[in-house]
Amino acid sequence: MAEYIKNIYSALITILVGMKVTLRHLFIPSVTIQYPDVKIPLPERERNRLYVNMDDCIGCDQCARACPVNCIEIETVKALPGEDLGKTSNGKKKALWVTKFTIDFAKCCYCQLCVFPCPTDCIYMTYVYEFSEYDRNNLIYDFATLTKEEREEKKENYRRFIEQKEKSKSEKE
Amino acid sequence: MSVRTEEMVLNMGPQHPSTHGVLRLELTLEGEIITKVVPHIGYLHRCFEKHCEVMTYPQIIPYTDRMDYLAAMCNELGFVIGVEKLLAIQVPERVEYIRVIMAELQRIASHLVAIGTYGADIGAFTPFLYCFRDREKILNLFEITCGARLLYNYIWIGGLSHDLHPDFIRLTKEFIREFKPNLRELNNLLTYNKIFIDRTANIGILPLETAINYGVTGPMLRASGLRWDLRKDDSYSIYNKFDFEIPIGEGKMGTIGDSWDRYFVRVREMEESIKIIEQAIEQIPDGDVTAGIPKRIKPVVGHIYSRVENPRGELGYFIISDGSATPFRVKVRAPSFVNLQVLDVLCRGHMVADVIAILGSVDIVLGEVDR
Amino acid sequence: MIYDFFYNLTGSALFSGLFVAIMPLLTFILPFALFAVLLERKVAGHIQDRLGPMRVGYHGLLQTVADIIKLIQKEDIIARENDKLLFNIAPVLTFVGSYAAFAVIPFSSIFLGANLDLAIFYIIAVTGLVVVGILMAGWASNNKYSLLGAMRSAAQIVSYEIPTIIVILSIVMITGSMSLMTFSENQTQYFWNWYIFGGPEFNLKKFLLIPFMFVGLIVIYISTLAEVNRTPFDIPEAESELVSGYHTEYSGMKFAIFFLAEYANMFAVSALIATMFFGGYHSPFGYLGNLLNIPWMIPVEQFFWFISKGIFFVFVQMWLRWTLPRLRVDQLMTVSWKYLIPISFVNLLIVGIISLI
Repeated sequence: MAEYIKNIYSALITILVGMKVTLRHLFIPSVTIQYPDVKIPLPERERNRLYVNMDDCIGCDQCARACPVNCIEIETVKALPGEDLGKTSNGKKKALWVTKFTIDFAKCCYCQLCVFPCPTDCIYMTYVYEFSEYDRNNLIYDFATLTKEEREEKKENYRRFIEQKEKSKSEKE
Repeated sequence: MSVRTEEMVLNMGPQHPSTHGVLRLELTLEGEIITKVVPHIGYLHRCFEKHCEVMTYPQIIPYTDRMDYLAAMCNELGFVIGVEKLLAIQVPERVEYIRVIMAELQRIASHLVAIGTYGADIGAFTPFLYCFRDREKILNLFEITCGARLLYNYIWIGGLSHDLHPDFIRLTKEFIREFKPNLRELNNLLTYNKIFIDRTANIGILPLETAINYGVTGPMLRASGLRWDLRKDDSYSIYNKFDFEIPIGEGKMGTIGDSWDRYFVRVREMEESIKIIEQAIEQIPDGDVTAGIPKRIKPVVGHIYSRVENPRGELGYFIISDGSATPFRVKVRAPSFVNLQVLDVLCRGHMVADVIAILGSVDIVLGEVDR
Repeated sequence: MIYDFFYNLTGSALFSGLFVAIMPLLTFILPFALFAVLLERKVAGHIQDRLGPMRVGYHGLLQTVADIIKLIQKEDIIARENDKLLFNIAPVLTFVGSYAAFAVIPFSSIFLGANLDLAIFYIIAVTGLVVVGILMAGWASNNKYSLLGAMRSAAQIVSYEIPTIIVILSIVMITGSMSLMTFSENQTQYFWNWYIFGGPEFNLKKFLLIPFMFVGLIVIYISTLAEVNRTPFDIPEAESELVSGYHTEYSGMKFAIFFLAEYANMFAVSALIATMFFGGYHSPFGYLGNLLNIPWMIPVEQFFWFISKGIFFVFVQMWLRWTLPRLRVDQLMTVSWKYLIPISFVNLLIVGIISLI
């Protein structure tokens, strides 16, 4: 009998206490924001979409090797001895033409492991986080600045240079 | 004329509204009482252990995050401690303190999810949102430190990826100040509510003998009465410098080892984590966190088993290294995988509506079960 | 009263009957259901520290209209094995069961559908139709889980009708009549005349009755909460329980009718409680119309007070929904048969003894 009355009493009391908590919350201003109209600024270390500044890229392949999901693909062609590609912003002399630099953002896991090894700090994370596409192929970003003909041209030049070197070596022997 | 009854097989399919991920439970019922439960897993298998054989040690860390995605810092910590022992390097003290603060904050966040979703399964929708509101503050703390809210890649071999943000300590103190009254409110709303107690007390009782025989660890073992916690019994990092208690289940509302005890152990663990964080913030020294990171990570040939206290139990990594930059084999002992075995024993003799209450109190994360 | 009014106006029994049947529906229940769905979502949002619907209309006021348009244009799915006749009739029956109760509830002193002498008896009888509707829905769905859910829901409603009826009996004993109009008229003037505070006569009986009236209020509130399938008793409609409810197979407008029926039922029981315990349409402290000497304003004021009391109790039902977890089926039955029924019986006995004084 005592158990019975205790049950009724505890049920009523705990329900009333719970109701008091929810009533208090009815008058607290809400903590949510209306997203597309109101956007809060993200912190500075936030990891969003990557960007590559091709003027500084020396084609060293460190970022592609550091990536755990292999989403960066880089192909380079050695420059001929006479060509001058210019300097990067911190004084390094560039020696490679970068013919392919694609990052597949569908694969990228936004882990930031590619940003740290870069010797010229040319790959970094930006503030862009709203970049959805309807077609998955549109998420493969191509950063190389050479046009299609220029890439073919550089590759041709290099191939011919190597052929000539082979020919002159075999002539010497 | 006697009534012929036969057993019915009911399928709680991979998709059901009681969260927890993709788990298929095959229940064999006799009337309304359950006679057997067979969990079918593997819907989230992503070949973590095979990937580890071809990646270098720093590249594995983002993958360890994704196993138990609700407690990512503790996953990274386990792996990194193992590799550091193989490399025989010592990290600066500031790094250790920051790692402990992050792991304890992560413990609170994970327990908030466990408690919130447990309430939502039982039918109380409001505590779920209150828990997630508090968890948002923790995720904001993580966001200003390393840039990500859920999968951090923060604890590196030999150190950390970034130092603490200048505002971190101030915001953490603010969070602790706001969290303590919120925890009291949560207790008033859910923990001591008579209806909740009726739904969870004396349901799914796990006797201590059975728990030890099955290899159950974490809050489930502690709720059955054994005071075993890796942070005190096999201390790693600098946990032996802090003063905190290990809560165990005492059967306050039913028997020792029922679902209410498992739930209440998690609530008490959050309070203890707050104590650890407060002490760590007081004692944290200065230093450089990236100084100790080695340039080349090539451990000696050998193997090591390192274990940490995940919010769900004992997370163990067995790393076999062959001297090269990629490990030979990494085997993970996931706590949820081991804890899930006990589901059959827990559910026998209960009704169908209790399966959800029991599953919620076991607190599994399918990413860890399937790896 | 309205019937007489229209009969005098048009002289035709058919038209007046038609008007009396349709008017509460059009002027009250449909706008109320629209309003109640939105109120529930907004109340839920603010309790949970968030905002609720905000995008349709100013602060989400047109949300229900958008929902109705969506439900109307949905495909009406009937599976091949379903029993077509029962499947189609079930939602209608459920709605009729809850809607017919509005005919006898006095909204104000002139706005009353039909002044029956056996109003309460009629209400109890007619709300039994809801059970038939639910069982039909469960059976015609041809889905073993829906059938289980429907049977549980029917068991729940039938078991909780008993404490409701017993508490109603105790009030009838004090009043001496079963007509709701008499209930309302007895509780005139000021709020201390309400039945929750013992009744209009100032004597020893009044003060002795007060605690037992409160007990009766709590018992009937909990039982009616279970009759309308609200949390903590919403096993039939819960999504996160294993067995799905009786309305799983319904889509589009039929589903909308089930939900309309639920909100109409919520208001009907709130109105019943307001009439029985809290004075019906009377205001707590006299009328503005009396003060300013405008006699035709009094019924308008009464209508306003009645609606606010009803909405207050509906709000308390929503408040309970978002605070409490759900009861398991056998615990639900325990609460009714082992706790509410004995308590209401004892309450009835004591009220009966006191009313003899």
